[in-house]
Amino acid sequence: MAKILEKRRLTPITQLYKVDAPLVAKAARPGQFVIVRVREGGERIPLTIADYDREAGVLTIVVQEVGTTTRYLGQLEVGDEILDLVGPLGMPLEIPVEGHIVGIGGGFGSAALLCLMRELRARGDRTTIINGAREKDLLILNEELAEVCDNLELCTDDGSAGFHGLVTERLQQLIDGDGPGRPDFVVAIGPMPMMRAVTETTRGKEIPTLVSLDPLMIDGTGMCGGCRVTVNNEVKFACVDGPFFDAHQVDFEEAVRRNKMYVRQEQESKDRSDCMKLAVGQD
Amino acid sequence: MPVKRVQKTPMPERDAVLRSHDFGEVNEGYGIAHAQFEAERCLRCQDPICIDGCPVRVPIPEFIHEVAKGDMRRAAEVLRSSNPLPAVCGRVCPQEVQCEEQCSVGIRFKPVAIGYLERFVADWEMEQSDIDITANLHRDEKVAVIGSGPAGLVCAGELARLGYPVTIFEALHAPGGVLRYGIPEFRLPKDVLDWEIEQLKKLGVEIRCNIIIGKTITMDQLMGEMGFKAVFIGTGAGLPSFMGIPGENLNGVYSANEFLTRVNLMRANDFPNADTPVMVGKRVAVIGAGNTAMDTVRTALRVGAEHGLIVYRRSVEEMTARVEEHQHAIEEGVEFHWLTNPVEILGDEEGWVTGLRCIRMELGEPDESGRARPVPIEGSEFVMPVDNVVLSIGNKPNPLLLQTTKGLEANKWGCLVVHDGTSETSRERVFAGGDAVTGAATVILAAGAGKNAAAEIHQDLCANAS
Repeated sequence: MAKILEKRRLTPITQLYKVDAPLVAKAARPGQFVIVRVREGGERIPLTIADYDREAGVLTIVVQEVGTTTRYLGQLEVGDEILDLVGPLGMPLEIPVEGHIVGIGGGFGSAALLCLMRELRARGDRTTIINGAREKDLLILNEELAEVCDNLELCTDDGSAGFHGLVTERLQQLIDGDGPGRPDFVVAIGPMPMMRAVTETTRGKEIPTLVSLDPLMIDGTGMCGGCRVTVNNEVKFACVDGPFFDAHQVDFEEAVRRNKMYVRQEQESKDRSDCMKLAVGQD
Repeated sequence: MPVKRVQKTPMPERDAVLRSHDFGEVNEGYGIAHAQFEAERCLRCQDPICIDGCPVRVPIPEFIHEVAKGDMRRAAEVLRSSNPLPAVCGRVCPQEVQCEEQCSVGIRFKPVAIGYLERFVADWEMEQSDIDITANLHRDEKVAVIGSGPAGLVCAGELARLGYPVTIFEALHAPGGVLRYGIPEFRLPKDVLDWEIEQLKKLGVEIRCNIIIGKTITMDQLMGEMGFKAVFIGTGAGLPSFMGIPGENLNGVYSANEFLTRVNLMRANDFPNADTPVMVGKRVAVIGAGNTAMDTVRTALRVGAEHGLIVYRRSVEEMTARVEEHQHAIEEGVEFHWLTNPVEILGDEEGWVTGLRCIRMELGEPDESGRARPVPIEGSEFVMPVDNVVLSIGNKPNPLLLQTTKGLEANKWGCLVVHDGTSETSRERVFAGGDAVTGAATVILAAGAGKNAAAEIHQDLCANAS
């Protein structure tokens, strides 16, 4: 059980939670994740650790309400307990290159850059975050992200804030020497199409790039093998070998396909949770 | 006087057609009449070699004699004094290659149904409301047990009985390990498992779920600031093997672990009441022929598959599944494709499984396992149309703990190395047993290893206390 200490709505479908999880907060490192279950009979879903406070024993997670479990989670309020929370899982992020590190966050993925960029800046790297979203109101955590890096670049598809265009277009400008300049290393966290586009942008330019894969998982400890991904023609388990992989070696097509395995069931489950919500509302 | 009867008293079973559509237990269990009738067959040998066949050394003739006399309470006491998981073992042990293989009655007749009797006594105990187990934790030394599978549960139970405060750390949200996520409800009902675990808690065993030693807490923290004086590692063999053939990452391909976990732990059979789905088409091929493969294929039938297929590169003779599981699978309509080796999983343009390309095999000279080596028959490839493929070809020990723990030695298969004939690992006061040491084996071997380790831990702590 992990008690919710703070809950903040970042966008209409994105919430930030601070939860009481002293053991996990103490052990967590950038890039790792937790697995939560929010009700009896509920799924186990992986959630990236956005930030942690070791002394206070507090873990920050940012959740987009897209499926049944994340929506049940969204109904929990401060003081409520998350039924099960286990972690930290996965390998901590290792950035072997020093210099100008660019973290690219798309949608709620940007949250995971908090602890990473803070740590990189502390070790002496020059840090840039490109925070992208469809429109201004969907950009999250601008203030917090500005505090943990040297340069924060905002991008919106519609131009309502910051650079008018995709994160990859801004990234290309940086590679060409604009603004904070060419990256020595890129880390991308966000929706699969965005990570894929980032991968293609840096490919062949000698800019090592890591992406965070989010396949379906059950146990998160290597036991089920459901999260297997192909990287450099080798099968890897994202839960124990990842979740970060060398972007230029990832078989994205397979990863996208495998993530869609349960689309029909996910919709069925979501529709059902909608109906149950409506039924409760009618009381 | 023992009664001479050739046959075992048969186990009452549910009808194969009815049971293959639900998760109710297949074996219904002996009634009192069956149990006493069967118990009379035990010869009460001077030298009860059946006990030598039992990894936890249950005093078999002693408890069976109490059953024959009708003193079930005493039978339960005898049984529980040596096996903390009798209701589990009575259901899932391969008795035919253990105690019952040794049984002297078996020389001329069918051996005494020791397993059925064990289960009967445990089930009898489960129904009593006046059997009280109380904790008596009089030792100071705290012991940590990593993993709540059969090895960990038995080790913890034995240590608690010896008076040690024991904490079990479990990675998943519910205890039981493979007994929870692996073995299906129709073989081991979850309420039976819950009851067994409840008995251990009454003995004083503490179970902390959602903690991964090596991730949430390191071994150093456990033995340092947290003050545990000894550790038992019973993390099992939970890393599924794949064949390495093309198509294994197609949609609709599972490891047996994933398939069974979705159903047993996450209750996918109850989707959408439970939130985790499992994808089952009309034809499900399970590759392998061990107990897990039988569990998987029978589960597939219960969650909606019309055809459950076992595909195995060797013949029925080399199959590692228990006779009873094989028999139950036949009764439930499972189709067996012996001497058939998958070479490729085929898929459609959207990446869903459509078939399994196989090659026929024939048996050649014995291989290193002593079993006849299957050899491909050239030109015999064919395609078996299937909607799902589930790989049940074995598990390796999980490397998580090894990755973050210094001083723990493992062999090239990832199995923890222990000193000859003991449970001692390469790290002081750290003991290990079960599948984490041997690689994937049986529940009862893990239980036996847990029991032996508990005795060694006790000995070690006593020696160091004085």
